[in-house]
Amino acid sequence: MTARDICTLLDAKVLCCGNRLDTQVDSAFGSDMMSDVLAFVKDSTVLLTGLVNSQSLRTAALMDLPCIVYVRGKRPAPDVIDMAEMDDILLLATEYSMYETCGRLFSAGLPGVDLGGK
Amino acid sequence: MQSIAVYPVIAGDFSLAGDASGQIKRTLKRLGVDAATLRRISIGTYEAEINLVIHTVGGQIELLMDDTQVSIVVKDNGPGIPDIDKAMTEGWSTASDHARDMGFGAGMGLPNMARNADKFDIESQVGVGTTITMTFNI
Repeated sequence: MTARDICTLLDAKVLCCGNRLDTQVDSAFGSDMMSDVLAFVKDSTVLLTGLVNSQSLRTAALMDLPCIVYVRGKRPAPDVIDMAEMDDILLLATEYSMYETCGRLFSAGLPGVDLGGK
Repeated sequence: MQSIAVYPVIAGDFSLAGDASGQIKRTLKRLGVDAATLRRISIGTYEAEINLVIHTVGGQIELLMDDTQVSIVVKDNGPGIPDIDKAMTEGWSTASDHARDMGFGAGMGLPNMARNADKFDIESQVGVGTTITMTFNI
């Protein structure tokens, strides 16, 4: 799935780096805890979060994540968007809740990060 | 091993938390460290930097390197860890509500550093401080 597909499925707004909409994404991980993102996220994963402070962006940048989707209508401050521009990370924003965001992407075929659950 | 740079980390300042890790990542990328190894180094360093901000009175991160290894040496000036075995247990955390509001404090930091490093050492003395050394083969 591409980031553009995600944008369409979530009726999302592009906050920055729209040039990366054709980036391929293999999985998604939804969390407001960056500790868990650092511990569990492995691949070319889209981060779904309601945490809009600079740590969401720093976490994505240090882990080479291509895209963050901010859920439930949350918007990061302009300085966070500026950081994303510098690190070339696509930022999307959707009005849907975390639950609905995950459901829409999973139903469309985007798997979660494999944590070994059966 | 040659010291490349030392980065001070200020206690409690979430606005700058991750800045040192970002600088270390950019430096090592410029020096030609491969992407997969760089990702492991970045995760370990960021976890350590966040721990300095949340749990200590402040400290520093030193980046060292030779032809075969990168070392990240993290030192703080206290308060020290009374029970290292407990601190190394996944899910165990003494982080404040404020740290959790910032997205941290799930009790994954030290175990995640150990998982990402090729070699992990921790020494701590209550009232003195903690030194963590993460070594990565490059």
